[in-house]
Amino acid sequence: MNSTRLGRAAVIAMAGTILLSSCATNEAGSTPSESDTGSELTGTMVGAGSSAVGAAQETWIAEYQTANDGVTINYDPSGSGAGRETFLAGGSDFAGTDRAFNDEEVAAGGFAACAPDSGIVQLPLYVSPIAVIFSLDGIGSLDLDPATIAGIFAGKITSWDAPEIAALNEGVELPSTSITPVHRSDDSGTTENFTDYLGAAAPDVWTYEADGVWPIESGEAAQGTSGVVDAVTNGTGTIGYADASRAGDLGTVAVQVGDKFVEYSPEAAAAIVDASPFIKGRPDFDLSIELDRTSDAEGVYPIVLVAYLVGCETYLDSDQGALAKDYFTYMASPEGQAIAATDAGSAPISDALFEKVTAAIDIMS
Amino acid sequence: MTTAIPRAKVRPADRIFSGSTLFAGVLILVALAAVALFLIVQSIPALVADPAELEGSPTSFWAYVAPLAFGTVWAAALALLFAFPLSIGIALFISHYAPRRIAQGLGYIIDLLAAVPSVVFGLWGIKVLAPFLTPFYDWLVSNFGWFPLFAPPVSGTGRTVLTVAVVLAVMIIPIITALSREIFLQTPRLHEEAALALGATRLEMIQIAVLPFGRAGIISAAMLGLGRALGETMVVAMVLSPAVVISFVLTSSTNPSTIAGNIALKFPDAYGVGVNALVATGLILFIITLVINSIARFIVNRRKAFSGAN
Repeated sequence: MNSTRLGRAAVIAMAGTILLSSCATNEAGSTPSESDTGSELTGTMVGAGSSAVGAAQETWIAEYQTANDGVTINYDPSGSGAGRETFLAGGSDFAGTDRAFNDEEVAAGGFAACAPDSGIVQLPLYVSPIAVIFSLDGIGSLDLDPATIAGIFAGKITSWDAPEIAALNEGVELPSTSITPVHRSDDSGTTENFTDYLGAAAPDVWTYEADGVWPIESGEAAQGTSGVVDAVTNGTGTIGYADASRAGDLGTVAVQVGDKFVEYSPEAAAAIVDASPFIKGRPDFDLSIELDRTSDAEGVYPIVLVAYLVGCETYLDSDQGALAKDYFTYMASPEGQAIAATDAGSAPISDALFEKVTAAIDIMS
Repeated sequence: MTTAIPRAKVRPADRIFSGSTLFAGVLILVALAAVALFLIVQSIPALVADPAELEGSPTSFWAYVAPLAFGTVWAAALALLFAFPLSIGIALFISHYAPRRIAQGLGYIIDLLAAVPSVVFGLWGIKVLAPFLTPFYDWLVSNFGWFPLFAPPVSGTGRTVLTVAVVLAVMIIPIITALSREIFLQTPRLHEEAALALGATRLEMIQIAVLPFGRAGIISAAMLGLGRALGETMVVAMVLSPAVVISFVLTSSTNPSTIAGNIALKFPDAYGVGVNALVATGLILFIITLVINSIARFIVNRRKAFSGAN
């Protein structure tokens, strides 16, 4: 295990060096005028973790580095587990992860990049709706309740004209095509959040634990988001789940929340985060959310992926702390959130959450 | 005058050349040993770990690796089953039937096929072959569903082990064809003419002169093709709809995954002992390949005595 950690750290460091040299030369040449307006910050920061945040990080880093000539940030989308491990071992300055560090991990401490006795800040800065997509000729939207969705993905409801589906969609002409559910064949945060939703919202039908790897042998598997979208598009009577930004022209499911059916939207995805409580017993600046998948609040869309960006309260190296603080401020800012929404299809955080996040970032140093 | 034959003077060029061949020979052994060592050292944590820590919490490491090992051998064997007769046919056509000009052109095209990157084959498998085969699978399952290999339910997207095997077959055809073609061309002219002089037709000539002479070579060619199919990663990862099962069904959407394909899918997000478990499956693949190659070598050696070559 140690050798793996060291190996990863070495790879990150090496990639960082390469990126550092290339970016620095690029920006000096292309944006000379910005050096006046940019901040005085200089340095290199390394992050690692969730690949779901990868696209957003690319955008943020590009924008941030354009505004701050002297800074180089590097994000390695090595996966959430690896990202947490790297951050814990001190191989990175911040982590992106599909789940926050839990109580035991926070209590155990030992975050090598942070000052001794310093806690960590965990901020839900990347919220992304997961769409349930399907391919049926002439049908653009279906209303489904959690139990029916779980039944379909568990392989218990096998035909599109099953009474469970028909009862929720009066007036829609459902074909008798058999249902082919498609799930991810690789380990992914999307699967983890989707199975978490199924388990929470339909506990009677979906009796499996939330996991990044699809827990049962049913239906079709495809590699990556594009693999799932491809399989759903090319197949007949297929249904799958994917990052909402990739749903395209496919039919999407409006999910039952309370007694209404809600289509995915950035606002609805941000709303579920607001409707959910923070995990109890954490310091004010640990904004870990206990996602309330069963919430019946108005206008929330419960199938979302929330990724956290994790940094230190106090960094071992105060220069690094200043840098991290500035970068986190940028990511949380309305501009940062808006650009991630455009480029990565995430949902901008609400004003209420923004205030809490800002308060947490304020204590970083 | 002395009767002793004067020994040739050893020139520096000879020394350097023999030295460099020795170096090359040793280097490949060292590389192989390094790979084996890496696999073994990295595998140990997974082999001694609590099986519950492995993905899917199997009862033991062997229960974790068994479906993968099965899928690897199953997909590769199917691919070989499709590719082998076709390749021998193409090779014989090029070496003994086709007019020289066509034979040359065909040879080039087959070699070109070997140069296509596997990711391109994967894309072709997903975008073209799988949708194309889907109606055929539907028909197969609705008419021959009683046959265990085509047991329902049918896959809705055509991304089955059979599709993967077809893509793999296309990928190994050039390897087997190119090698067997060269071997068939080596058949001693005298053997062939003797057969024809005895009144054999061209088919009989091939049966009594060409094939026996080339048998060992054909088997080696098939084994090289099989090796490629066993280790193929990208095509399996992209095309197959994998599950953790041991199943012979060819047309379903729950197919056994292969070791190489599974590593490609799971490595990016693996950490801790999960990485070691994946490396350990790589070790198993290494062993499977070694065993299959040894069996092939054994067959080749045993048959050598009966081939027409001596």
